[in-house]
Amino acid sequence: MTGGGADTTKQTAPRIRTAGVDGMLVSFGDSLSEPANRAALAFRAEIERQGWDGVEESTTSLVSAYLRFDPLHLGHGELKDKLDTLLSDRDWYDAPLPSGRRLWRIPAVFGTDLGPQLEQAAEAAGVTPEQAIKDFTQTRVRVQTIGFAPGQPYLGELPQAWDIPRQSTLTSRIPEGALAVAIRQLVLFSVATPTGWQHIGQTAMRLFQPEAEEPFLLRPGDEVEFTETDAETLSNMRDDPHGGAERSELS
Amino acid sequence: MTDTLTIHRAGPGLTLQDTGRPGYLALGLSRGGAADRLALAEGAALLGQSANLTAIEMAGMGGEFEASRDTSIALTGAPMAVSIDGTRIAWNASHTLPAHARLTIGTASEGAYGYLHVGGGVRPPERLGAHSAHLAAGIGGPLEAGDKIDLGPDDRTTTGLTLPKDPRFAGGTIRILPSIHTDAFPQDLCTRFEDTAFTRDTRGNRMGVQLKWEGDGFLPEIGRKIVSEVIMPGDIQIIGDGTPYVLLSECQTTGGYPRIATVLPCDLPRIAQAPAGAPLRFRFVTLEDAVEAERKAAQAIADLPKRRQPLIRDPATIPNLLAYQLISGMTAGRELDPEGA
Repeated sequence: MTGGGADTTKQTAPRIRTAGVDGMLVSFGDSLSEPANRAALAFRAEIERQGWDGVEESTTSLVSAYLRFDPLHLGHGELKDKLDTLLSDRDWYDAPLPSGRRLWRIPAVFGTDLGPQLEQAAEAAGVTPEQAIKDFTQTRVRVQTIGFAPGQPYLGELPQAWDIPRQSTLTSRIPEGALAVAIRQLVLFSVATPTGWQHIGQTAMRLFQPEAEEPFLLRPGDEVEFTETDAETLSNMRDDPHGGAERSELS
Repeated sequence: MTDTLTIHRAGPGLTLQDTGRPGYLALGLSRGGAADRLALAEGAALLGQSANLTAIEMAGMGGEFEASRDTSIALTGAPMAVSIDGTRIAWNASHTLPAHARLTIGTASEGAYGYLHVGGGVRPPERLGAHSAHLAAGIGGPLEAGDKIDLGPDDRTTTGLTLPKDPRFAGGTIRILPSIHTDAFPQDLCTRFEDTAFTRDTRGNRMGVQLKWEGDGFLPEIGRKIVSEVIMPGDIQIIGDGTPYVLLSECQTTGGYPRIATVLPCDLPRIAQAPAGAPLRFRFVTLEDAVEAERKAAQAIADLPKRRQPLIRDPATIPNLLAYQLISGMTAGRELDPEGA
């Protein structure tokens, strides 16, 4: 048997692929771009709104919408047809961002032992540590997707200089609330985990609180600005359910 | 007063599990739930109840339990030594656990995850729409000695049933489909993957298991350059050093490593239940074959109640035979009486 049969169509973008026997992935690009990200969010929102029989769950990644479905009740051909029809229904790349978005101003400590890889990441980006902190605090980034761990955002997009690779060896443990950088994105970690991203800062954010009324703080489409603070101030913010962050509505 | 199940002693990997928590994928929370969903269905069939009731999952070893009332129980998944007040009872069967008797569950003789089901299910507090612990996400946690869990209502009188033993506890051949990245793997790498005799590594948990083999790794050229994409239980990702890692129920929701293939959901219990060192081989099937395999597996689950058999007990192993009511355990006893009922 060949190993190359996952494609059901071979076109540039968007393209529909099976993902296992019970999944379909609709990709709007092969690499991250703002229109592909917006298209994926809008397309998935429309699938949720339409509530097709046999579709059990859906989500988005940076550039794709994913559906898990019951292949015994909804055939692959039928689902693909429905997806094709919906794809041609409008220009998804031109879709607006989700409604109900918020702007978060999140205090963070950059460098020191709370962000031990700031110098090394800055060097990889070819900037000074001071310029690095400016880049992280003066770029308004957007939640492009939530994933890997509950409530954990991929935030972008940073200036071109930050197109630096992930590390080839993993950092064995990065703490909850840590801020890390690679490939023009920041990740704000919702759980302590090993990672290949470079640890440049720390926040007091607890992005997933299963017992709280609002278990997940961030949503795809939300925007984030980081503000620089010091270790003592940050330590005092740890009891705040929003980790010292200020939230305001964005249109 | 609510009846409870008390845990007097707990192995290190005891958690409450159900069929998981769908609907939070877009917020980064994987569905989770029992590592071996088939074992949940078997317990439900043995007790004649819903497969989404909550059971106790036991990784590698069990513990010691006591119920505050007579309770029907079922034991499924990886076979473990089990006794009630010191008397050995059968695995893969349902039993009546008398009030305040001690149920003792030892280590698995094969497989990885055993399950203790109770009639009516256990009723821990609900979190985000389900009762299962999701250790990776910090929802719930391992059960510990001293824990008491509420029992659901149980009016079952029919216990003493067994199901034929399933052969999924010693590894074997696993059916796979191409994944979203399989195209990026050279054909010879895919062929070598199919030809390789793997074993399950000792590294593994509810998030996934690592494979072990002799020879070169399986990392393709595209290595670390692919964009992070949605990942699901069953996906086989090739991590940085070329090692295949099969994701299980409690996995991450996106991943940046390339995936060589994905395991059919109906074969995933065989991966979850493979103990360290068990042989594993992988075989690509077509999408049509995969759908057919899922159909057969769903039918087999629907047919489980028909496959139940009365448990035949050897009277010589029953220490206080005369204390048993030999009739009422199986039927209400009056169906045979024309004047009765």
